[in-house]
Amino acid sequence: MIDLHWLYGLAGAVFGGFAIGSARDATNKKRVGNAAFWGLIAISFWFGDSLGDIGNGVLVLALVGIAGAHLLGKGHLQSTTLAERESFSERYGNRLFLPALIIPFTAFVGTLAFNYTPLKDSGLIDPKSVTLVLLGLGVIMALITCHAWLKPAATAPIEEGRRLMDSIGWAAALPQMLAALGAVFAAAGVGTTIGALAGAIIPEGSVFLAVLLYALGMVVFTMIMGNAFAAFPVMVAGVGVPILIEHDHGNPAVVGAVGMLAGFCGTLMTPMAANFNIVPAALLELKSQYGVIKAQVPTAIPLLIANILIVYFGAFR
Amino acid sequence: MSYWPLIGIALVVIGFALRFNPLLVVAVAAIVTGLLGGMDFLKVLGTLGHGFNENRYVTIIYIVLPVIGLLERYGLQQRARTLITQMRGATTGRLLILYLVFRQIFAALGLTSVAGQAQTVRPLVAPMAVAAAEKQHGELDEHTSDRVKSMAAATDNVGLFFGEDIFLAIASILLIQGSLAGFGIHLTPFQLSVWAIPTAICAFVIHGARLLWFDRQLGKRGR
Repeated sequence: MIDLHWLYGLAGAVFGGFAIGSARDATNKKRVGNAAFWGLIAISFWFGDSLGDIGNGVLVLALVGIAGAHLLGKGHLQSTTLAERESFSERYGNRLFLPALIIPFTAFVGTLAFNYTPLKDSGLIDPKSVTLVLLGLGVIMALITCHAWLKPAATAPIEEGRRLMDSIGWAAALPQMLAALGAVFAAAGVGTTIGALAGAIIPEGSVFLAVLLYALGMVVFTMIMGNAFAAFPVMVAGVGVPILIEHDHGNPAVVGAVGMLAGFCGTLMTPMAANFNIVPAALLELKSQYGVIKAQVPTAIPLLIANILIVYFGAFR
Repeated sequence: MSYWPLIGIALVVIGFALRFNPLLVVAVAAIVTGLLGGMDFLKVLGTLGHGFNENRYVTIIYIVLPVIGLLERYGLQQRARTLITQMRGATTGRLLILYLVFRQIFAALGLTSVAGQAQTVRPLVAPMAVAAAEKQHGELDEHTSDRVKSMAAATDNVGLFFGEDIFLAIASILLIQGSLAGFGIHLTPFQLSVWAIPTAICAFVIHGARLLWFDRQLGKRGR
């Protein structure tokens, strides 16, 4: 069965390629750091399951050491100039979009084909990781198409990918790192403590204040942890179930669903959600790494208010 | 109950405010929290390593970078700009509203990785949004062009976050279902995802209105 581990193999190869490309990039003064960082991620993808927990922990510390000591840099190799790109764009025309669309198209058609044909029961692909497997398949097909059509040098995809990867830098590892932090927090009982604290400071009798605290708790904890998934079980255990659902008889579906969405408003406002907020700032070469967050706050705040009202009026009719 | 492990949360906030590298802040917070929570160092290290290894799928998305980078080498961004300048009536706001609709609907169908910051925003949506603004208002200074690009990235996030929960089998819906089931409250994914619809509509209205307003702001800038 094709499952996530196939994809980990592919990802390991890509990051391994980034590491080798980094090591050879003479325009990057910190190339050793880059090579080590991407190399460790390749090792994690390939051998993570056989390293053991402590081994993985040491790998994490090594990644942190490289990033913390500012050993990551950026090369300034320019593959084609702006003028060359303009002329390529003229020459290939709108057909250039086709390889880029192969990835979403594979995901779309593939998901439909998987869900509505006997493929689902054939055991070929693990149903839990269909989307990601199809993403990987799309990447491979797009690369084959590009090579057949544009005939770039064999190392070109890795070189170009590395250029983008270096501009993202350490932020690429932050979401996975926060997930690991969540695991430690859970083991140390941080969630239960916060839930108990939140539950204790809610005044008796005011449903609206309880809703407000529940939603704001989701937002604040989401902003600290970088994603709503870590905040949700805590706020549900501390406020959602004992107060909103059991004490005030709120509709559990509304409390659950909209509580999570209130947390998503927090995700829009925190640099900890690096993959959504910091990585794009790097990818788009913005001057301020907080540019995307600034653009999101004026949507997030009114939407949070809307969510609070939806819980208040939707769950307590 | 011990309140000591909460210091870890304070460390995250303080470390970030003092502009230490976030990876470093997170690692220190994890280790301090674990030690204060009564684990020994090796146990903390193991928990951290295990959590990191179990969540590798979060980092998989970067395998698209070689394709995107390669196409950029052959002028993909330039092509996206040309396409927009040939379209009549295209403005930054309208373009991004169209993208918002597309992103929300596809996310609601469970097709979350069809688009994204690396897959679509950097190579297509952001250059198109900038080209539309330049076509209408002339050359943009760096600050304004950064604002347009930020808006493109923001639109992708808003569309994804407030579309995906309408889909039944998305991770967040399953997490809600699982968390409530732990308290003996049993809901179907459908009961939950229906309640994602009002927020999805609010998100579209609020962000869509901002995008139209953004068009007007861009227009005023030049005068």
